Amino acid sequence: MSNTVDDKIKTFDTRTDANVPIESPLAYTYRRSGAPAPDKNSKAVLHERPFLGHLTLRGGAIVLDEALRSVLDMSLPAEPQSLLFDASGERSVQWISPDEWLLIVPGGEEFELENRLREALGDAHFAITNVGGGQTVVDLEGEAASELLMKSVIYDVHPQHFPVGKGVTTVFAKASVILRRPSETRWELVVRRSFADYVYRWLLDAGAEYGIGVQR
Amino acid sequence: MFYIYCPYCGEHREEEEFHPKGEAHIARPADPESCSDEEWGDYLFFRTNPRGIHHEMWVHAVGCRKFFNITRNTATYAILETYRMGEQPSITDDTREPLEVAQTPTETTPADNLEGVRA
Amino acid sequence: MSQPNRLDRGGSIDRSRELSFTFNGQSYRGYAGDTLASALLANGVDIVNRSFKYSRPRGIVAAGAEEPNAVIQLGSTEAAQVPNVRATQQALFDGLEARSTNGWPNVQRDLMGLVGKLSGGFMPPGFYYKTFMAPASMWMTYEKFIRKGAGLGRAPAERDPDTYDHVNRHCDVLVVGAGPAGLAAALAAGRSGSLVILADEQETMGGSLLDTRELLDERPAEQWVAEVTAELEAMDNVLLLPRTTANGYHDHNFVTLHERRTEHLGETAPEHNGRRPVRSRLHRVRAGLVVLATGAHERPLVYGNNDVPGNLLAGAVSSYIRRYGVVPGSKLVLSTSNDHAYRAALDWAESGREVAAIADARAEPKGELVEQARAKGIRIIPGAAVVEARGQNRVSGARVARINIDDFRVEGDGELLECDTIASSGGYSPVIHLASHTGARPTWRDDILGFVPNMVDGVQAAGGVQGVYATPEVLVGGWTAGAEAARVAGFEALEAALPSVETRHDGEAVALYQVPHQKATLRAPKQFVDMQNDVSAAAIEVATREGFESIEHVKRYTAMGFGTDQGKLGNINGMAIAARCLGRTIPEVGTTVFRPNYTPVTFGAIVGRHCRELFDPKRYTAMHQWHVEQGAEFEDVGQWKRPWYFPRRVQGRQESMHDAVARECRAVREKVGILDASTLGKIDIQGPDAREFLGRVYTNKWAKLAPGRVRYGLMCKDDGMVFDDGTTSCLAENHFLMTTSTGGAATVLEWLEVWHQTEWPELEVYFNSVTDHWATLTVTGPEARKLMSEVTDIDLDRESFKFMDWREGKVANVPARVFRISFTGELAYEINVQANYALHVWETLFAHGEKYELTPYGTETMHVLRAEKGFIIAGQDTDGSVTPEDLGMHWAIGYDKPFSWIGKRALTRPDTARADRKQMVGLKPKDPKVILEEGAQIVFEPEHAIPMPMKGHVTSSYYSPTLDSGFALAVVKGGHQRMGETVYLPMVDGQVHEAEIVSPIFVDPKGERQNV
Repeated sequence: MSNTVDDKIKTFDTRTDANVPIESPLAYTYRRSGAPAPDKNSKAVLHERPFLGHLTLRGGAIVLDEALRSVLDMSLPAEPQSLLFDASGERSVQWISPDEWLLIVPGGEEFELENRLREALGDAHFAITNVGGGQTVVDLEGEAASELLMKSVIYDVHPQHFPVGKGVTTVFAKASVILRRPSETRWELVVRRSFADYVYRWLLDAGAEYGIGVQR
Repeated sequence: MFYIYCPYCGEHREEEEFHPKGEAHIARPADPESCSDEEWGDYLFFRTNPRGIHHEMWVHAVGCRKFFNITRNTATYAILETYRMGEQPSITDDTREPLEVAQTPTETTPADNLEGVRA
Repeated sequence: MSQPNRLDRGGSIDRSRELSFTFNGQSYRGYAGDTLASALLANGVDIVNRSFKYSRPRGIVAAGAEEPNAVIQLGSTEAAQVPNVRATQQALFDGLEARSTNGWPNVQRDLMGLVGKLSGGFMPPGFYYKTFMAPASMWMTYEKFIRKGAGLGRAPAERDPDTYDHVNRHCDVLVVGAGPAGLAAALAAGRSGSLVILADEQETMGGSLLDTRELLDERPAEQWVAEVTAELEAMDNVLLLPRTTANGYHDHNFVTLHERRTEHLGETAPEHNGRRPVRSRLHRVRAGLVVLATGAHERPLVYGNNDVPGNLLAGAVSSYIRRYGVVPGSKLVLSTSNDHAYRAALDWAESGREVAAIADARAEPKGELVEQARAKGIRIIPGAAVVEARGQNRVSGARVARINIDDFRVEGDGELLECDTIASSGGYSPVIHLASHTGARPTWRDDILGFVPNMVDGVQAAGGVQGVYATPEVLVGGWTAGAEAARVAGFEALEAALPSVETRHDGEAVALYQVPHQKATLRAPKQFVDMQNDVSAAAIEVATREGFESIEHVKRYTAMGFGTDQGKLGNINGMAIAARCLGRTIPEVGTTVFRPNYTPVTFGAIVGRHCRELFDPKRYTAMHQWHVEQGAEFEDVGQWKRPWYFPRRVQGRQESMHDAVARECRAVREKVGILDASTLGKIDIQGPDAREFLGRVYTNKWAKLAPGRVRYGLMCKDDGMVFDDGTTSCLAENHFLMTTSTGGAATVLEWLEVWHQTEWPELEVYFNSVTDHWATLTVTGPEARKLMSEVTDIDLDRESFKFMDWREGKVANVPARVFRISFTGELAYEINVQANYALHVWETLFAHGEKYELTPYGTETMHVLRAEKGFIIAGQDTDGSVTPEDLGMHWAIGYDKPFSWIGKRALTRPDTARADRKQMVGLKPKDPKVILEEGAQIVFEPEHAIPMPMKGHVTSSYYSPTLDSGFALAVVKGGHQRMGETVYLPMVDGQVHEAEIVSPIFVDPKGERQNV
C-alpha cells in the first residue's frame, strides 16, 4: 500500500495485492438468479467486466486534457456525450458533464494513475475520486442488443443517433446507467454496484425473447 | 412528458432524466441578517405561479447533474428556451405573445432559441 | 352451424379457415379474418349487451373503435379475463370465448330492465344521485346492487400468465392511421429516407380503402394498399405497426402506441420455440413530427328507439358487407343527411337483399351515388328521415316521415316501413381525439359540419381528420404532409407518385343531428345520444332546463361521453342538442376535452415489465448474501434492502422480533455487535473551499476540524428546519468525506450541488458520490476494541485513536478507513472498505468474533439503541417543521460563524423563536410495559372536552431491554421546560396512557461508554 499524503488531499489505495477473496457486484446475483450460457441462438450476450479501475475526474477541460495527454497519451473528449479509447482499447475516458469525465482503466492501474495525474495537475482546481468499488461494467453484444436496449433505456439508441464513440448517462428502467458504444457490435453499461442486480435481472427478463446468454 | 434541451449536454433529453426545482432566478439575499422578516419570508415562500410565461429551474439529474433554466408556457407546456445558470432569459412576460399562441404555431421552435445558449 | 348472414362470396375473410368460438356460452363459427363483431353478425346474433342504465337490449352499431355497445368480457379461464374489449376490434381466433359485459341473469332475459321499467321509463340525469342518496349510509348497499346490475366488466382474479413490455422509440415521422392519407404520408416520408413509424389500430393497413367502392389506378383499392404496404415493409427506415392504437398524444410529440401482438392469435400468447412472446407492447414514441391521419367517424342520427338491435351506422353496414361478406339483416331502410352513406344501400342491394327505402333529409338529393341508387330502382324519400324505429329485440320497422329541420318538427304522420335493419348517417366527425390530447381546442367548420383539430407545433394532419373526404384529395393531402414532415427532418422531399382516382361528385350534406318526432323530446320514444352510458336527447334537454349551460357541466350531469368509448359517436350529437335547447350554435356551445387513452389499454401494457420482481429496483449491499443465509428479515429503506433483525432458531422455533431485537440490543450493550451500514450516503468533497462550503451548509462550525478528526453536523433548509444529519470527516486540509442518512444520499448531493452551482459557483469545491464504492461495517460494543485488535494493524490505543477520530490501515488485510463514530452510544468502529472486499472483511470479523459473541444486528436494534441515546433520525424524529433548537441541539449551532449559513436567518423569525414550539423530549410511560404508539397525539388535560388541544406527538417508541421498559422520543409544546411533567396519550380504543416528560437521553447520559 503506497498511500500518499500531502497536506491538502488524502489519496488512498483501496485495492490490495494480498490474497483475499474479492466479489464482483453481480456475485450474489449469479448465485441467486443464475447465468444462462449463451448458445448459437442467442441474439444477445451479456458479459460483466468487474474490478476495473474507475476514476471520476472533475475540473476544467483544458488542464485535464493536458494532464491526460502527458500521463496517458490520451486526449480528453471535449464534446458532450463523447467517449475516447486509447490505442490498446483498454483505457477509456468519457465526457459526463462540462466539468466531469469518467476514466476507466485496467484494474490495479488506478491508484498510480491518480497520483501521476495529481502531480501533472499541480495547483489547478480539480478533483479525482476513485469510484471503482462502486460500479461495474456490463458488456452487451449480439444482433438484438440495441432492441433490448430500447426496452430498457429511454435514450435513442438508433445507430444514426448513437454512433460508435458516444456515451450518455440515462434512465434504465427505474434505475440509471452510463451507456456507451465502444464499437459497432458492443455496448457497455456502467452500472452502480447496488443497482447491478436489478439491471442484470431486467436484462435477462427483457432479453428472454432474444435467447439472452451470460458469458462468465 | 417534456422533451428538454439540456444546455450543457447540447441535446434534447427525456423528462425522466430531469427534476424540476421551482421558479428560477430566486437569488438568496446577499446579507440575510439585514433582511426584515417579511423580506426573508418572501424569499422563502412566495412564488409567482403565472399562467403563461414562466422561468423555471431544472436539474439534469440523470445526466450531467447541472442546473439550468427553462422558459416555459405553463398554459401550453411549450418550452420556449433553455439557458444556463447565470444567464438571463431572452423571452420574458413582457415579450410574450397573447396566450392564443397555444392555437397557432409560433415561429420560434425550441431549437432556434437554443442557438444563443450553446457553448 | 350455418352463418345465416354470411354471403357466399366477397370480403377479405379466409373461407378455408373456419374458426369456432362461443358467445355467452353458445357456440358459433366464423372465418379467419373476421372480427368477433362480424362473426356475431354473420351468425345473426342481435343482442350483444344490456344497456348500462335501462338494461335495454343492444346490438352492434359500428365496425371500429367507436363501437359503444359490443363491449365484451373475454377469456375462457379466470387468469385470461379481459374486460372492456370492443368486439369490433377483436380479431376472431379459434376457441375464443366471450361474454356480454352487462345483463343479469343474461342478455336475452334481463331482470335489471325492471329497474328501468319500475322507475317509469325515464330515469332523469342524476337519477342515481337523486334516488339512492338518502339515507347516505345506505349508498354502499345500493351501490353493490347497482354495480351488479351495471356490470362494468371485471378484472381477472388470477395471475396473468402473459408478459408485456415497453419499447422506447424515436423517429422523424410518426404517422397515425394507415388509411389513404396515412399510407400516402408514410410513402412520401419513407421514400425520402426519414425514419418513419406507421401505426394503425386495425388488423390490416388500409383504413377506409378496405371497404371503398372506388378504384385506384382502375384497380380495386386493396391492391394498391397491398403494394404500398409491401414497399413500406421492405424499407429499413420504416416500421409498420398494425394492431397498434395511438392512445395518447402527450407533450412535445411524445405518443404512446399500444400494440396488440398476440391478441389475434389467442387469449394468451401462444408459445413459440418454447417461449411465450410478449402479448402486448407499449411503444413510447418521441417523434420529430407527427402526421395525424386518423380519419373520421360517422355520426348516427338520433331518433326514437335508435338503440334497438338492427340500428347500425351506414358505413358499418358497408364495412360488414365488403370486408367480411356479412349482411347484417334482410331488409334495409337507410336514413341519411349526405351522399356518402348511399354506399350502404348500394352494397346492400348488390348483395342481393332488399332495400325498402332511403330516407334522405335533403329536399333534393343529387350526386353520383344518389343517381346510382336511383338507377338500381331504390326508392328515395326526399326531405324525410326515420323518426322512430319499431321492435323490441330487433328492428321490425321504421317510421319514416317528412321533417322540417329548421323548425325542428315532423310534417305529417309519415309511413311505417317494414324492415329489420336501419342504417343511419348524420355526416362525419373528424377523429380529433389525439389532437385534443395536446390541449389544442378544435374549431367548428360549418362547411363540413364537424370540428377539425388545431395543431400544436410539430404535427400535421391529413385526410378525414381535417374534414377532407374525397379520396384524390385525401391522397394528395397525405403525401404532402408526409413529404413536409420528412423535409422538416432534413430529408429531400420527392415528387408525389399517387394512384389516379376518379373524382366523385357528391351533393351537399345537410346538418341533421336529432331527428324531430311527432311528440316532444321528453315524451317521444327514447332517442339515444350516448348508448354506452344510456344518455338520451331528453336527458340533455332536462339538463339544460335544470340550468346546466356549460357543455362540460352537461357532460358531467348526464354522463354523456363518460363511457369507455369516450362518446366517439354521441358527443357531437349531444352538443348539437344542447345547442338547440340553449338557442345557441354548436361552436358557441363548444366541445368537451378528449383525454388519453383513445381506447382502453390493459394494465398489463401500462405496467409492462415493471411488475413483480422488477416492480422497483432492490438495492443490495456487498454483504447481502450473508444476511440472507443467516435468515435475516429485511426492511425497505428507500430502495435498499436492509437487514431488519436476525431471528435465531431457539429450540426449533424462530425467535420473535421482540426477542431477537432484545437479544441484539443486549449483545451491543454487553458484548459486541455488527451492523451493515453500507447504505449510508457518502460524498467525497475536495477543493480549497471545501471547509468554507461545509460551514455554509451545516449549522455548526467546521473551521477548526483537523485532519484525522470527525464531526457530527446538522443540515437545515433556509427556513431553519432540519432536513438531514450525519458525520463528516476531515481527510486532509482540502478533503472531506461526508455521510448522509440512507434515504438522504441523493437529496443531499443534489442539495450541495444546487447551492454550489446557483449561489456560490466561486467556491472551489467538487462533490462526488462514493456511496457504492465503500462498504461500511460498524463494530460496536464493549468488546469492540478487543475484536478489532485481532484483525487490524491500526493502533487502537484509546489515547492515540480517540472517539471522533479516524485512522487508516488494514482490516482483514484489506485497506480500510476506520472511524470512531458511535450511533449506539457504545465504543464503536465504523470500517470503510472497498465494497468488493466487504464480504471477506465481514466474514473475517465473524471468524474472530465468536469468542466475543459477535452478534449481527439490524435496523430495528439500531433504532432502539440510538433512541436510548436520544440520537435523532432525520425524517422520523423530524418532519420538516423542527429546528435544531427544537431538538435541543443548541450545541450544534454556530450562531457566531461569519457566513450566514443556510437556515440561520430563519431561526430568529418570531415563529421559529417561540418558546412554545414543539420541542424534542423523552417520554417514559408510567406503565413500563406500555410501548406508546408512534404518531400518538399528546394532550395535557385528558378530561378536556373533545376536541382536546393537541400538544405534541410521539416520533419514536420502542421497548428498551436495557431499561426493561418502554420509552419514546416525542415533540411536545414547550417540552424543554416541562421536564418531569405528566402528559396523556388518548388512544382510539379509549385507553389513555400516562407518560412522564424526561430527557431524551435514556442511557449513559454523560456519554462515557462511547469514549472508553
